Amino acid sequence: MPTETKDESAEPASKVELPDSVAGSGEIPSFDITLRVRRYLPEFYDEAYWDDFQVTMYGTDRVLDALHKVKWEMDGSVSFRRSCAHGVCGSDAMRINGHNRLACKVLLKDLNTSKPITVEPIKGLPVEKDLIVDMEPFFQSYREIMPFLMNESAPPSKERLQSAEERERFDDTTKCILCAACTSSCPVFWTDGQYFGPAAIVNAHRFIFDSRDDAGDMRLEVLNDKEGVWRCRTTFNCTDACPRGIQVTKAISEVKQAILSRKV
Amino acid sequence: MAQTIQPPRSSDNIKDGVKYNRNSGSNSNFEMFGWLFMRMSGIVLVVLIFVHLYVNLMVGNGIQAVDFGFVAGKWADPFWQVWDLAMLWLAMLHGSNGVRTIINDYAEKDSTRFWLKVILFAASAVIIVLGTLVIFTFNPCPPNATADLLPSFCSA
Ligand code: HEM
Ligand code: SF4
Ligand code: FES
Repeated sequence: MPTETKDESAEPASKVELPDSVAGSGEIPSFDITLRVRRYLPEFYDEAYWDDFQVTMYGTDRVLDALHKVKWEMDGSVSFRRSCAHGVCGSDAMRINGHNRLACKVLLKDLNTSKPITVEPIKGLPVEKDLIVDMEPFFQSYREIMPFLMNESAPPSKERLQSAEERERFDDTTKCILCAACTSSCPVFWTDGQYFGPAAIVNAHRFIFDSRDDAGDMRLEVLNDKEGVWRCRTTFNCTDACPRGIQVTKAISEVKQAILSRKV
Repeated sequence: MAQTIQPPRSSDNIKDGVKYNRNSGSNSNFEMFGWLFMRMSGIVLVVLIFVHLYVNLMVGNGIQAVDFGFVAGKWADPFWQVWDLAMLWLAMLHGSNGVRTIINDYAEKDSTRFWLKVILFAASAVIIVLGTLVIFTFNPCPPNATADLLPSFCSA
């Protein structure tokens, strides 16, 4: 059997034919921006402060690329979390121009580049350094809603079947990547950090409405707590913040309805 | 750490090195009923408040007609006594529960939170009791009062 050999003359997949009349249009536009980063260096200063960086960036660049440029070429001490750089791992949620976003998903060209672009750590969690916060309080409330399948019945020989409709019931909340953008955008969470927060409720929703799971009542009991769903004031900040487009506020209200329908 | 907040649900219940607090909470439904009450009373208040405003400010001579005699007349009618009583109680309980929520949010120390709530509950109780008393014991023509201080219908 003949194996396919690499054809040296093959065009790269991304090659675009441009007429000569639009000379230079293949170039990516570049622009200068000011990146205003909220710095916190507890070894040196007690107070947080703003640090401005002037960088030349391109139309295809994201806020994360600007942070990389600053860290790699200007000031290596600037600290932030990132891993996948493609909106999958959820490690680079931050407050960009006052909105919780993933730095790897916000294109610079979509922001107002004539003004400084502010980048701050997400609010409501203790800041450890620059843009890095202590995520432990966030994960603690996530653990409390028992984010794993619980089913006491004997496992079937093949699989636990579920209809497409049953799967659809919780499809939206399966998309969470635990970035904490929602919880740290919630003014109720900012006040004292005791509220379970949207992310924990989203992940409880994912199992409460899963037909294969048997522990929905236990999770509803957990979220009926005084720090649970009833602290939600329907401000929709969480829905606006979610980089996965999850209808977070809707999921919270569905959990409220589920508690009410069982208790009243 | 820059801003230090208590970790959520700080009474940790550690089992096998994993923090689970699910059994430490009380099984009270208080917050659930509070949430329900805000919505139920809100719906009823819309009707109570807008009919109240319409009857007092729009019907007949409108706002010009509101005086001591107008109020006295309304409170002589059991229908408006019950109406105003419902409005008083629902608005006070709804408003107080709303402010309780706000205190829970913004008080930073437990002692501040406690005292703000004591003041709130005391104030609400005084207003509810006084208001109820006024609606039912209101007498537009108290005996032994100077005649020119009283509305004209008293002498009739
Ligand atoms: C006109 C009819 C009214 C409706 C439909 C209504 C509805 C509501 C609802 C649904 C909430 C809960 C909001 C939430 O938890 O997210 C609320 C909160 C509140 N209401 Fe009312 N309400 C009405 C009248 C009043 C009146 C007359 C007062 C004052 C006596 C009042 C004071 C408050 C306060 C202080 C809160 C708490 C605000 C907060 O949670 O941030 N409301 N209202
Ligand atoms: S619900 Fe959305 S915003 Fe919240 S943690 Fe999950 S992915 Fe992030
Ligand atoms: S770096 Fe992974 S989501 Fe942005």
